[in-house]
Amino acid sequence: MDAAALVASLQQAVPDATFEPVPTVDLHPTVFVSRDHLVAVARVLRDAPDLQFAFLAEVTAADYWPREPRYEVVYVLVSLAHKHRLRMKVRLHGSDAHLATVSGIWPAANWLEREVWDLFGIVFDGHPDPRRLLMPEDWEGFPLRKDSPVQIRRPPHTTEPLQVTAEEFRTNVERDRLSREQL
Amino acid sequence: MPELRTETMTVNMGPQHPSTHGVLRLVLELDGEQILSASPTIGYLHTGIEKTAEQKKWQQVIPLVERMDYLSAQSNSTAFCLSVERLLGVELPERVKNIRILLAELQRINSHLVWLGTHGMEVGAVSVMLYCFRERELLLNINEMIAGFRLFPSYVRVGGLREDLPRGFHDAVRAFLERMPGKLDEYEDLLTKNEIYLKRTQGVGVISNDDAIAWGLLGPIARAAGVDYDVRKVFPYLGYETYDFAVPTQTAGDAYSRYKVRVAEMRESMKICRQALDRITPRGEYAIADPKITPPPKDRVYTEMEALIQHFLIYSQGFTVPVGEAYVPIEGPRGEQGFYVVSDGTNRPWRVKSRAPSLLACQALERLIVGGLIADVIAVIGSIDVVMGDVDR
Repeated sequence: MDAAALVASLQQAVPDATFEPVPTVDLHPTVFVSRDHLVAVARVLRDAPDLQFAFLAEVTAADYWPREPRYEVVYVLVSLAHKHRLRMKVRLHGSDAHLATVSGIWPAANWLEREVWDLFGIVFDGHPDPRRLLMPEDWEGFPLRKDSPVQIRRPPHTTEPLQVTAEEFRTNVERDRLSREQL
Repeated sequence: MPELRTETMTVNMGPQHPSTHGVLRLVLELDGEQILSASPTIGYLHTGIEKTAEQKKWQQVIPLVERMDYLSAQSNSTAFCLSVERLLGVELPERVKNIRILLAELQRINSHLVWLGTHGMEVGAVSVMLYCFRERELLLNINEMIAGFRLFPSYVRVGGLREDLPRGFHDAVRAFLERMPGKLDEYEDLLTKNEIYLKRTQGVGVISNDDAIAWGLLGPIARAAGVDYDVRKVFPYLGYETYDFAVPTQTAGDAYSRYKVRVAEMRESMKICRQALDRITPRGEYAIADPKITPPPKDRVYTEMEALIQHFLIYSQGFTVPVGEAYVPIEGPRGEQGFYVVSDGTNRPWRVKSRAPSLLACQALERLIVGGLIADVIAVIGSIDVVMGDVDR
Protein backbone atom coordinates (compact mmCIF):
# COMPACT_ATOMS: atom_id res chain seq x y z
CA MET A 1 0.00 0.00 0.00
CA ASP A 2 1.50 3.35 -0.96
CA ALA A 3 1.35 6.50 1.10
CA ALA A 4 -1.50 8.11 -0.88
CA ALA A 5 -3.87 5.15 -0.49
CA LEU A 6 -2.97 4.91 3.17
CA VAL A 7 -3.62 8.58 3.84
CA ALA A 8 -6.95 8.39 2.01
CA SER A 9 -7.99 5.44 4.13
CA LEU A 10 -6.88 7.14 7.36
CA GLN A 11 -8.45 10.48 6.48
CA GLN A 12 -11.78 8.75 6.05
CA ALA A 13 -11.54 7.13 9.48
CA VAL A 14 -10.22 10.21 11.34
CA PRO A 15 -11.58 13.24 9.42
CA ASP A 16 -10.22 15.92 11.82
CA ALA A 17 -6.59 14.85 11.72
CA THR A 18 -4.06 16.20 9.24
CA PHE A 19 -1.80 13.80 7.37
CA GLU A 20 1.26 14.79 5.44
CA PRO A 21 2.90 12.05 3.36
CA VAL A 22 6.59 12.56 2.57
CA PRO A 23 8.77 10.71 0.02
CA THR A 24 11.03 7.93 1.31
CA VAL A 25 13.84 5.77 0.02
CA ASP A 26 13.08 2.54 1.91
CA LEU A 27 10.00 0.33 2.05
CA HIS A 28 8.24 2.49 4.61
CA PRO A 29 5.66 4.96 3.32
CA THR A 30 6.08 7.89 5.71
CA VAL A 31 3.28 10.03 7.08
CA PHE A 32 3.38 12.95 9.48
CA VAL A 33 0.43 12.92 11.87
CA SER A 34 -0.78 15.82 13.98
CA ARG A 35 -0.04 15.32 17.64
CA ASP A 36 -3.59 15.76 18.95
CA HIS A 37 -4.99 12.92 16.88
CA LEU A 38 -2.19 10.44 17.47
CA VAL A 39 -4.13 8.00 19.64
CA ALA A 40 -7.20 8.02 17.42
CA VAL A 41 -5.04 7.40 14.36
CA ALA A 42 -3.11 4.66 16.15
CA ARG A 43 -6.33 2.90 17.05
CA VAL A 44 -7.52 2.99 13.45
CA LEU A 45 -4.15 1.73 12.24
CA ARG A 46 -4.32 -1.24 14.54
CA ASP A 47 -7.99 -2.14 14.17
CA ALA A 48 -9.16 -1.17 10.67
CA PRO A 49 -9.52 -4.39 8.65
CA ASP A 50 -7.68 -3.00 5.62
CA LEU A 51 -4.71 -1.82 7.75
CA GLN A 52 -4.20 -4.13 10.78
CA PHE A 53 -0.85 -2.74 11.90
CA ALA A 54 -0.68 -5.09 14.88
CA PHE A 55 3.09 -5.00 15.32
CA LEU A 56 4.82 -1.87 16.58
CA ALA A 57 8.43 -2.43 15.64
CA GLU A 58 9.97 0.74 16.92
CA VAL A 59 9.35 4.00 18.75
CA THR A 60 12.20 6.43 18.59
CA ALA A 61 12.92 10.11 18.14
CA ALA A 62 15.38 12.35 16.39
CA ASP A 63 16.47 15.80 17.52
CA TYR A 64 16.97 18.38 14.74
CA TRP A 65 18.20 21.17 17.04
CA PRO A 66 18.50 24.12 16.43
CA ARG A 67 15.67 23.84 13.90
CA GLU A 68 12.10 24.22 15.21
CA PRO A 69 10.02 22.08 15.60
CA ARG A 70 13.11 20.27 16.77
CA TYR A 71 11.86 16.76 17.64
CA GLU A 72 10.41 14.08 15.43
CA VAL A 73 8.96 11.04 17.16
CA VAL A 74 9.02 8.03 14.85
CA TYR A 75 6.81 4.94 14.97
CA VAL A 76 7.60 1.98 12.72
CA LEU A 77 4.58 -0.25 12.17
CA VAL A 78 4.18 -3.59 10.46
CA SER A 79 0.99 -5.22 9.26
CA LEU A 80 1.45 -8.97 9.36
CA ALA A 81 -1.90 -9.64 7.70
CA HIS A 82 -1.28 -7.42 4.66
CA LYS A 83 2.52 -7.56 4.65
CA HIS A 84 3.17 -3.85 4.54
CA ARG A 85 5.02 -1.38 6.66
CA LEU A 86 4.54 2.21 7.69
CA ARG A 87 6.54 4.94 9.34
CA MET A 88 4.41 7.39 11.29
CA LYS A 89 6.00 10.57 12.56
CA VAL A 90 4.96 13.37 14.89
CA ARG A 91 6.63 16.79 15.01
CA LEU A 92 7.18 18.41 18.39
CA HIS A 93 8.40 21.87 19.43
CA GLY A 94 11.23 22.06 21.92
CA SER A 95 9.20 24.22 24.33
CA ASP A 96 6.20 21.89 24.19
CA ALA A 97 7.69 18.41 23.89
CA HIS A 98 4.91 16.12 24.97
CA LEU A 99 2.47 13.78 23.24
CA ALA A 100 0.03 11.04 24.17
CA THR A 101 1.25 7.55 24.90
CA VAL A 102 0.29 4.66 22.60
CA SER A 103 1.15 2.00 25.16
CA GLY A 104 -2.57 1.36 25.65
CA ILE A 105 -2.77 0.29 22.01
CA TRP A 106 0.54 -1.49 21.55
CA PRO A 107 1.91 -2.75 24.90
CA ALA A 108 5.38 -2.93 23.32
CA ALA A 109 5.46 0.89 23.34
CA ASN A 110 5.87 0.98 27.13
CA TRP A 111 9.64 0.60 27.36
CA LEU A 112 10.29 2.14 23.96
CA GLU A 113 8.56 5.35 25.09
CA ARG A 114 10.40 5.23 28.39
CA GLU A 115 13.64 5.10 26.45
CA VAL A 116 12.63 8.14 24.38
CA TRP A 117 11.75 10.05 27.57
CA ASP A 118 15.02 8.97 29.14
CA LEU A 119 17.27 10.02 26.27
CA PHE A 120 15.35 12.95 24.73
CA GLY A 121 13.15 14.28 27.53
CA ILE A 122 9.97 13.98 25.48
CA VAL A 123 7.03 13.46 27.84
CA PHE A 124 4.45 10.81 27.03
CA ASP A 125 1.17 11.91 28.64
CA GLY A 126 -0.65 9.11 30.42
CA HIS A 127 2.29 6.73 30.35
CA PRO A 128 1.78 3.99 32.98
CA ASP A 129 5.38 3.99 34.20
CA PRO A 130 7.16 7.26 33.38
CA ARG A 131 10.63 6.50 34.79
CA ARG A 132 14.07 6.57 33.25
CA LEU A 133 15.01 3.31 31.55
CA LEU A 134 18.69 3.26 30.65
CA MET A 135 20.28 6.21 32.46
CA PRO A 136 20.71 6.31 36.25
CA GLU A 137 17.64 7.54 38.13
CA ASP A 138 19.43 10.66 39.40
CA TRP A 139 20.81 11.66 36.01
CA GLU A 140 20.29 15.29 35.06
CA GLY A 141 19.64 16.17 31.44
CA PHE A 142 18.81 14.12 28.39
CA PRO A 143 21.89 12.72 26.65
CA LEU A 144 20.67 12.23 23.07
CA ARG A 145 19.58 15.86 22.68
CA LYS A 146 21.88 17.58 20.27
CA ASP A 147 22.63 20.38 22.75
CA SER A 148 23.70 17.84 25.37
CA PRO A 149 27.49 17.51 25.67
CA VAL A 150 29.21 14.35 24.50
CA GLN A 151 31.57 14.06 27.44
CA ILE A 152 30.95 15.22 31.00
CA ARG A 153 32.57 14.35 34.27
CA ARG A 154 30.59 14.18 37.46
CA PRO A 155 31.30 12.65 40.85
CA PRO A 156 29.68 9.24 41.41
CA HIS A 157 26.83 9.02 43.91
CA THR A 158 27.25 5.41 44.84
CA THR A 159 29.05 5.59 48.17
CA GLU A 160 26.54 7.48 50.33
CA PRO A 161 26.21 5.81 53.76
CA LEU A 162 22.93 4.32 54.88
CA GLN A 163 20.91 7.15 56.41
CA VAL A 164 19.73 5.65 59.72
CA THR A 165 20.32 7.34 63.08
CA ALA A 166 21.43 5.37 66.13
CA GLU A 167 17.99 5.88 67.64
CA GLU A 168 16.19 4.49 64.57
CA PHE A 169 18.57 1.56 64.46
CA ARG A 170 17.74 0.58 68.06
CA THR A 171 14.00 0.89 67.37
CA ASN A 172 14.29 -1.34 64.32
CA VAL A 173 16.15 -4.02 66.24
CA GLU A 174 13.58 -3.90 69.03
CA ARG A 175 10.69 -4.15 66.56
CA ASP A 176 12.25 -7.16 64.87
CA ARG A 177 12.73 -8.88 68.23
CA LEU A 178 9.09 -8.27 69.19
CA SER A 179 7.79 -9.61 65.92
CA ARG A 180 9.87 -12.74 66.33
CA GLU A 181 8.53 -13.26 69.83
CA GLN A 182 4.96 -12.96 68.51
CA LEU A 183 5.68 -15.94 66.29
CA MET B 1 -1.62 -20.86 69.64
CA PRO B 2 -0.65 -17.44 68.25
CA GLU B 3 -1.88 -16.45 64.82
CA LEU B 4 0.55 -17.38 62.06
CA ARG B 5 2.02 -14.35 60.33
CA THR B 6 2.79 -14.61 56.64
CA GLU B 7 4.52 -12.07 54.51
CA THR B 8 5.86 -11.85 51.01
CA MET B 9 9.56 -11.60 50.43
CA THR B 10 11.28 -9.25 48.03
CA VAL B 11 14.42 -10.65 46.48
CA ASN B 12 16.99 -9.05 44.25
CA MET B 13 18.07 -11.34 41.45
CA GLY B 14 21.13 -9.97 39.74
CA PRO B 15 22.67 -7.76 38.49
CA GLN B 16 25.58 -10.11 39.08
CA HIS B 17 23.62 -13.34 38.92
CA PRO B 18 25.42 -15.76 36.56
CA SER B 19 22.29 -16.81 34.72
CA THR B 20 21.02 -13.35 33.87
CA HIS B 21 23.22 -13.25 30.75
CA GLY B 22 25.12 -10.19 31.76
CA VAL B 23 23.73 -7.61 34.09
CA LEU B 24 19.97 -7.88 34.23
CA ARG B 25 18.52 -7.13 37.64
CA LEU B 26 15.14 -8.53 38.62
CA VAL B 27 13.31 -7.42 41.75
CA LEU B 28 11.08 -10.37 42.55
CA GLU B 29 8.27 -10.40 45.07
CA LEU B 30 7.85 -13.95 46.29
CA ASP B 31 5.16 -15.81 48.13
CA GLY B 32 7.10 -18.91 49.05
CA GLU B 33 8.28 -20.27 45.73
CA GLN B 34 5.72 -18.39 43.67
CA ILE B 35 6.41 -15.08 41.95
CA LEU B 36 3.85 -12.37 42.67
CA SER B 37 5.52 -9.54 40.78
CA ALA B 38 8.73 -8.93 38.93
CA SER B 39 10.31 -5.73 37.75
CA PRO B 40 13.35 -5.95 35.48
CA THR B 41 15.87 -3.14 35.91
CA ILE B 42 18.21 -2.54 33.01
CA GLY B 43 20.80 0.01 32.00
CA TYR B 44 23.90 -1.43 33.68
CA LEU B 45 25.56 -1.89 30.28
CA HIS B 46 24.38 1.40 28.79
CA THR B 47 27.40 2.76 26.95
CA GLY B 48 25.79 5.48 24.85
CA ILE B 49 26.75 3.91 21.54
CA GLU B 50 24.01 5.87 19.76
CA LYS B 51 25.44 9.15 21.02
CA THR B 52 28.99 8.10 20.19
CA ALA B 53 27.94 7.09 16.68
CA GLU B 54 26.80 10.67 16.00
CA GLN B 55 30.40 11.85 16.48
CA LYS B 56 31.93 9.27 14.13
CA LYS B 57 32.21 9.02 10.37
CA TRP B 58 29.91 6.53 8.68
CA GLN B 59 32.52 3.79 8.32
CA GLN B 60 33.67 4.26 11.91
CA VAL B 61 30.18 3.41 13.19
CA ILE B 62 30.46 -0.22 12.04
CA PRO B 63 32.74 -1.41 14.88
CA LEU B 64 30.42 0.36 17.33
CA VAL B 65 27.22 -1.29 16.13
CA GLU B 66 28.91 -4.69 16.06
CA ARG B 67 29.45 -4.35 19.79
CA MET B 68 25.79 -3.66 20.55
CA ASP B 69 24.52 -7.20 20.27
CA TYR B 70 27.81 -8.90 20.86
CA LEU B 71 26.60 -12.34 19.80
CA SER B 72 25.44 -11.26 16.35
CA ALA B 73 28.11 -8.85 15.19
CA GLN B 74 27.79 -9.57 11.48
CA SER B 75 24.00 -9.22 11.57
CA ASN B 76 24.37 -5.80 13.20
CA SER B 77 26.86 -4.53 10.66
CA THR B 78 24.83 -5.96 7.77
CA ALA B 79 21.70 -4.22 9.04
CA PHE B 80 23.53 -0.92 9.49
CA CYS B 81 25.20 -1.11 6.07
CA LEU B 82 21.91 -1.96 4.35
CA SER B 83 20.27 1.15 5.84
CA VAL B 84 23.18 3.39 4.81
CA GLU B 85 23.35 1.84 1.35
CA ARG B 86 19.64 2.49 0.93
CA LEU B 87 20.29 6.17 1.65
CA LEU B 88 23.24 6.18 -0.75
CA GLY B 89 21.11 4.45 -3.36
CA VAL B 90 23.78 1.95 -4.36
CA GLU B 91 23.10 -1.52 -5.74
CA LEU B 92 25.42 -4.26 -4.52
CA PRO B 93 27.05 -6.88 -6.76
CA GLU B 94 25.43 -10.32 -6.60
CA ARG B 95 28.54 -11.91 -5.10
CA VAL B 96 28.62 -9.44 -2.18
CA LYS B 97 24.98 -10.16 -1.40
CA ASN B 98 25.65 -13.90 -1.32
CA ILE B 99 28.69 -13.51 0.92
CA ARG B 100 26.70 -11.30 3.30
CA ILE B 101 23.95 -13.92 3.43
CA LEU B 102 26.49 -16.64 4.14
CA LEU B 103 28.08 -14.58 6.93
CA ALA B 104 24.71 -13.64 8.42
CA GLU B 105 23.59 -17.26 8.52
CA LEU B 106 26.88 -18.44 10.04
CA GLN B 107 26.39 -15.69 12.62
CA ARG B 108 22.90 -16.96 13.35
CA ILE B 109 24.25 -20.47 13.96
CA ASN B 110 26.98 -18.96 16.11
CA SER B 111 24.48 -17.00 18.21
CA HIS B 112 22.11 -19.95 18.57
CA LEU B 113 25.01 -22.17 19.65
CA VAL B 114 25.89 -19.78 22.47
CA TRP B 115 22.22 -19.62 23.38
CA LEU B 116 21.82 -23.40 23.38
CA GLY B 117 24.96 -23.87 25.42
CA THR B 118 24.16 -21.33 28.12
CA HIS B 119 20.47 -22.21 28.27
CA GLY B 120 21.29 -25.90 28.54
CA MET B 121 23.78 -25.25 31.29
CA GLU B 122 21.34 -23.14 33.28
CA VAL B 123 18.76 -25.90 33.38
CA GLY B 124 21.38 -28.44 34.34
CA ALA B 125 22.81 -29.88 31.12
CA VAL B 126 26.41 -28.72 31.49
CA SER B 127 27.85 -30.96 28.79
CA VAL B 128 25.72 -29.25 26.13
CA MET B 129 27.60 -26.04 26.78
CA LEU B 130 30.96 -27.67 26.23
CA TYR B 131 29.80 -29.26 22.98
CA CYS B 132 28.22 -26.05 21.64
CA PHE B 133 31.30 -23.98 22.37
CA ARG B 134 33.42 -26.60 20.63
CA GLU B 135 31.50 -26.05 17.37
CA ARG B 136 31.35 -22.30 17.89
CA GLU B 137 35.12 -22.29 17.94
CA LEU B 138 35.10 -23.34 14.28
CA LEU B 139 32.91 -20.37 13.41
CA LEU B 140 35.19 -18.01 15.31
CA ASN B 141 38.11 -19.48 13.37
CA ILE B 142 36.32 -18.62 10.14
CA ASN B 143 35.87 -15.06 11.41
CA GLU B 144 39.53 -14.92 12.26
CA MET B 145 40.34 -16.13 8.78
CA ILE B 146 38.35 -13.43 6.98
CA ALA B 147 39.17 -10.48 9.21
CA GLY B 148 41.72 -11.28 11.88
CA PHE B 149 39.08 -10.69 14.55
CA ARG B 150 37.10 -13.46 16.16
CA LEU B 151 34.08 -11.76 17.69
CA PHE B 152 33.76 -8.41 15.90
CA PRO B 153 35.24 -8.83 12.41
CA SER B 154 34.03 -5.45 10.95
CA TYR B 155 34.25 -7.27 7.65
CA VAL B 156 30.96 -6.01 6.25
CA ARG B 157 31.45 -2.42 5.12
CA VAL B 158 29.27 0.21 3.53
CA GLY B 159 29.40 -0.57 -0.18
CA GLY B 160 30.43 -4.19 0.16
CA LEU B 161 33.10 -5.98 2.14
CA ARG B 162 36.48 -4.93 3.43
CA GLU B 163 38.49 -7.23 1.19
CA ASP B 164 38.13 -10.39 -0.84
CA LEU B 165 37.64 -13.78 0.77
CA PRO B 166 40.88 -15.38 1.98
CA ARG B 167 42.35 -18.55 0.50
CA GLY B 168 40.85 -21.63 2.09
CA PHE B 169 37.58 -19.92 3.05
CA HIS B 170 35.42 -22.32 1.05
CA ASP B 171 37.16 -25.34 2.53
CA ALA B 172 36.77 -24.07 6.08
CA VAL B 173 33.05 -23.31 5.68
CA ARG B 174 32.44 -26.59 3.87
CA ALA B 175 34.20 -28.53 6.60
CA PHE B 176 32.03 -26.81 9.19
CA LEU B 177 28.84 -27.51 7.23
CA GLU B 178 29.78 -31.16 6.91
CA ARG B 179 30.52 -31.54 10.58
CA MET B 180 27.63 -29.55 12.01
CA PRO B 181 24.51 -31.68 11.18
CA GLY B 182 25.90 -34.66 13.09
CA LYS B 183 26.76 -32.44 16.02
CA LEU B 184 23.25 -30.95 16.05
CA ASP B 185 21.90 -34.51 16.29
CA GLU B 186 24.22 -34.98 19.21
CA TYR B 187 22.78 -31.94 21.05
CA GLU B 188 19.29 -33.11 20.30
CA ASP B 189 20.12 -36.53 21.70
CA LEU B 190 21.09 -34.80 24.91
CA LEU B 191 18.06 -32.53 25.23
CA THR B 192 15.04 -33.14 22.98
CA LYS B 193 13.79 -36.23 24.83
CA ASN B 194 15.61 -35.67 28.08
CA GLU B 195 13.08 -36.12 30.87
CA ILE B 196 14.66 -33.48 33.10
CA TYR B 197 14.92 -30.95 30.30
CA LEU B 198 11.31 -31.54 29.29
CA LYS B 199 10.14 -31.05 32.88
CA ARG B 200 12.11 -27.82 33.18
CA THR B 201 10.92 -26.28 29.91
CA GLN B 202 7.54 -27.64 28.82
CA GLY B 203 4.68 -25.32 29.77
CA VAL B 204 7.13 -22.79 31.20
CA GLY B 205 7.09 -19.14 30.16
CA VAL B 206 4.13 -19.53 27.82
CA ILE B 207 3.20 -16.61 25.58
CA SER B 208 0.29 -16.65 23.18
CA ASN B 209 0.32 -15.81 19.51
CA ASP B 210 -1.42 -12.42 19.91
CA ASP B 211 0.60 -11.42 22.95
CA ALA B 212 3.85 -12.11 21.16
CA ILE B 213 2.81 -9.71 18.38
CA ALA B 214 1.48 -7.06 20.77
CA TRP B 215 4.69 -7.12 22.82
CA GLY B 216 6.82 -6.88 19.69
CA LEU B 217 8.59 -10.20 20.12
CA LEU B 218 8.68 -11.12 16.44
CA GLY B 219 11.48 -13.61 15.94
CA PRO B 220 12.07 -17.09 17.34
CA ILE B 221 9.84 -16.31 20.35
CA ALA B 222 6.82 -15.49 18.18
CA ARG B 223 7.55 -18.35 15.79
CA ALA B 224 7.47 -20.71 18.78
CA ALA B 225 3.97 -19.37 19.47
CA GLY B 226 2.85 -19.96 15.89
CA VAL B 227 3.39 -16.54 14.27
CA ASP B 228 4.68 -17.39 10.81
CA TYR B 229 6.68 -14.20 10.31
CA ASP B 230 10.25 -14.07 9.12
CA VAL B 231 11.64 -10.88 7.58
CA ARG B 232 13.64 -13.00 5.15
CA LYS B 233 10.38 -14.32 3.69
CA VAL B 234 7.99 -11.42 4.13
CA PHE B 235 10.25 -8.45 3.28
CA PRO B 236 13.21 -10.13 1.53
CA TYR B 237 16.53 -8.33 1.43
CA LEU B 238 19.91 -9.25 -0.13
CA GLY B 239 18.15 -11.71 -2.43
CA TYR B 240 16.82 -14.13 0.19
CA GLU B 241 13.84 -14.72 -2.11
CA THR B 242 16.13 -16.75 -4.42
CA TYR B 243 17.08 -19.17 -1.63
CA ASP B 244 15.22 -22.31 -0.71
CA PHE B 245 14.57 -22.57 3.03
CA ALA B 246 11.67 -23.09 5.42
CA VAL B 247 10.57 -21.05 8.44
CA PRO B 248 10.17 -23.47 11.33
CA THR B 249 7.26 -22.76 13.68
CA GLN B 250 5.76 -24.36 16.77
CA THR B 251 2.46 -23.69 18.47
CA ALA B 252 2.90 -24.16 22.21
CA GLY B 253 4.78 -20.89 22.84
CA ASP B 254 6.69 -22.28 25.83
CA ALA B 255 10.42 -22.52 26.49
CA TYR B 256 10.58 -25.97 24.93
CA SER B 257 9.08 -24.86 21.62
CA ARG B 258 11.56 -21.97 21.51
CA TYR B 259 14.28 -24.58 21.81
CA LYS B 260 12.75 -26.61 18.99
CA VAL B 261 12.40 -23.54 16.77
CA ARG B 262 16.00 -22.44 17.27
CA VAL B 263 17.44 -25.89 16.62
CA ALA B 264 15.35 -26.18 13.45
CA GLU B 265 16.52 -22.69 12.45
CA MET B 266 20.11 -23.81 12.69
CA ARG B 267 19.37 -26.61 10.24
CA GLU B 268 17.67 -24.18 7.85
CA SER B 269 20.60 -21.78 8.16
CA MET B 270 22.95 -24.54 7.13
CA LYS B 271 20.77 -25.19 4.11
CA ILE B 272 21.07 -21.51 3.14
CA CYS B 273 24.83 -21.57 3.78
CA ARG B 274 25.29 -24.50 1.40
CA GLN B 275 23.35 -22.75 -1.36
CA ALA B 276 25.26 -19.52 -0.78
CA LEU B 277 28.62 -21.25 -0.78
CA ASP B 278 27.88 -22.84 -4.15
CA ARG B 279 27.07 -19.43 -5.64
CA ILE B 280 30.17 -17.64 -4.30
CA THR B 281 33.26 -17.82 -6.48
CA PRO B 282 36.57 -17.97 -4.58
CA ARG B 283 37.68 -14.68 -6.09
CA GLY B 284 35.70 -11.83 -7.57
CA GLU B 285 34.00 -8.54 -6.84
CA TYR B 286 33.86 -7.73 -3.15
CA ALA B 287 32.60 -4.13 -3.19
CA ILE B 288 30.92 -1.62 -5.45
CA ALA B 289 33.24 0.24 -7.80
CA ASP B 290 32.42 3.74 -6.54
CA PRO B 291 35.67 5.55 -5.71
CA LYS B 292 33.76 8.00 -3.49
CA ILE B 293 32.53 5.26 -1.14
CA THR B 294 34.93 2.31 -1.27
CA PRO B 295 38.72 2.69 -1.18
CA PRO B 296 40.62 1.63 -4.31
CA PRO B 297 42.69 -1.60 -4.24
CA LYS B 298 46.14 -1.28 -2.72
CA ASP B 299 48.12 -1.99 -5.89
CA ARG B 300 46.46 0.99 -7.56
CA VAL B 301 47.06 3.21 -4.52
CA TYR B 302 50.79 2.54 -4.81
CA THR B 303 50.99 3.19 -8.54
CA GLU B 304 48.36 5.81 -9.48
CA MET B 305 48.03 9.38 -8.26
CA GLU B 306 44.21 9.47 -8.50
CA ALA B 307 43.86 6.26 -6.52
CA LEU B 308 46.15 7.64 -3.83
CA ILE B 309 44.03 10.80 -3.58
CA GLN B 310 40.85 8.75 -3.31
CA HIS B 311 42.40 6.55 -0.68
CA PHE B 312 43.47 9.60 1.32
CA LEU B 313 40.06 11.28 1.03
CA ILE B 314 38.14 8.20 2.15
CA TYR B 315 40.33 7.54 5.15
CA SER B 316 40.56 11.19 6.27
CA GLN B 317 37.11 12.58 5.47
CA GLY B 318 34.97 9.54 4.77
CA PHE B 319 32.07 9.85 2.38
CA THR B 320 28.90 11.89 2.52
CA VAL B 321 25.43 10.39 2.55
CA PRO B 322 22.42 12.19 1.02
CA VAL B 323 19.89 13.80 3.37
CA GLY B 324 17.18 11.39 4.42
CA GLU B 325 16.22 8.55 6.70
CA ALA B 326 16.16 4.81 6.20
CA TYR B 327 15.29 1.70 8.18
CA VAL B 328 15.92 -1.64 6.49
CA PRO B 329 14.70 -4.54 8.62
CA ILE B 330 16.59 -7.82 8.61
CA GLU B 331 16.02 -11.10 10.44
CA GLY B 332 18.65 -11.20 13.15
CA PRO B 333 19.21 -14.21 15.39
CA ARG B 334 16.84 -12.67 17.96
CA GLY B 335 14.14 -11.36 15.64
CA GLU B 336 13.49 -8.34 13.52
CA GLN B 337 16.51 -6.12 13.70
CA GLY B 338 17.43 -2.93 11.92
CA PHE B 339 18.95 0.50 12.16
CA TYR B 340 16.96 3.70 11.83
CA VAL B 341 19.54 5.97 10.27
CA VAL B 342 19.15 9.70 9.65
CA SER B 343 21.62 11.65 7.56
CA ASP B 344 21.96 15.43 7.29
CA GLY B 345 24.09 15.19 4.17
CA THR B 346 27.48 15.24 5.90
CA ASN B 347 30.10 12.58 6.51
CA ARG B 348 28.73 11.77 9.98
CA PRO B 349 25.36 10.24 10.88
CA TRP B 350 22.80 12.59 12.44
CA ARG B 351 21.03 9.79 14.29
CA VAL B 352 21.57 6.06 14.56
CA LYS B 353 18.97 3.99 16.38
CA SER B 354 19.14 0.25 16.72
CA ARG B 355 15.94 -1.73 16.88
CA ALA B 356 16.86 -4.07 19.70
CA PRO B 357 14.85 -7.31 19.85
CA SER B 358 16.37 -8.12 23.24
CA LEU B 359 14.94 -4.94 24.77
CA LEU B 360 11.41 -6.03 23.91
CA ALA B 361 12.08 -9.59 25.09
CA CYS B 362 13.28 -8.14 28.37
CA GLN B 363 10.16 -6.01 28.63
CA ALA B 364 7.93 -9.04 28.19
CA LEU B 365 9.92 -11.04 30.74
CA GLU B 366 7.71 -9.84 33.60
CA ARG B 367 4.66 -11.20 31.83
CA LEU B 368 6.33 -14.56 31.27
CA ILE B 369 7.48 -15.24 34.81
CA VAL B 370 4.76 -13.79 37.09
CA GLY B 371 2.66 -16.59 38.52
CA GLY B 372 5.38 -19.15 37.92
CA LEU B 373 7.98 -20.60 40.24
CA ILE B 374 11.30 -19.00 41.03
CA ALA B 375 13.23 -21.92 39.56
CA ASP B 376 11.51 -21.32 36.22
CA VAL B 377 12.82 -17.75 36.01
CA ILE B 378 16.20 -19.10 34.96
CA ALA B 379 14.70 -21.33 32.28
CA VAL B 380 12.60 -18.43 30.94
CA ILE B 381 15.43 -15.88 30.84
CA GLY B 382 17.49 -18.46 29.00
CA SER B 383 14.74 -19.31 26.55
CA ILE B 384 14.03 -15.72 25.44
CA ASP B 385 17.72 -15.26 24.64
CA VAL B 386 18.35 -11.72 25.87
CA VAL B 387 21.75 -10.19 25.24
CA MET B 388 22.25 -7.35 27.65
CA GLY B 389 24.54 -5.49 25.27
CA ASP B 390 21.60 -5.27 22.91
CA VAL B 391 19.15 -4.29 25.65
CA ASP B 392 21.23 -1.40 26.99
CA ARG B 393 23.32 -0.40 23.97
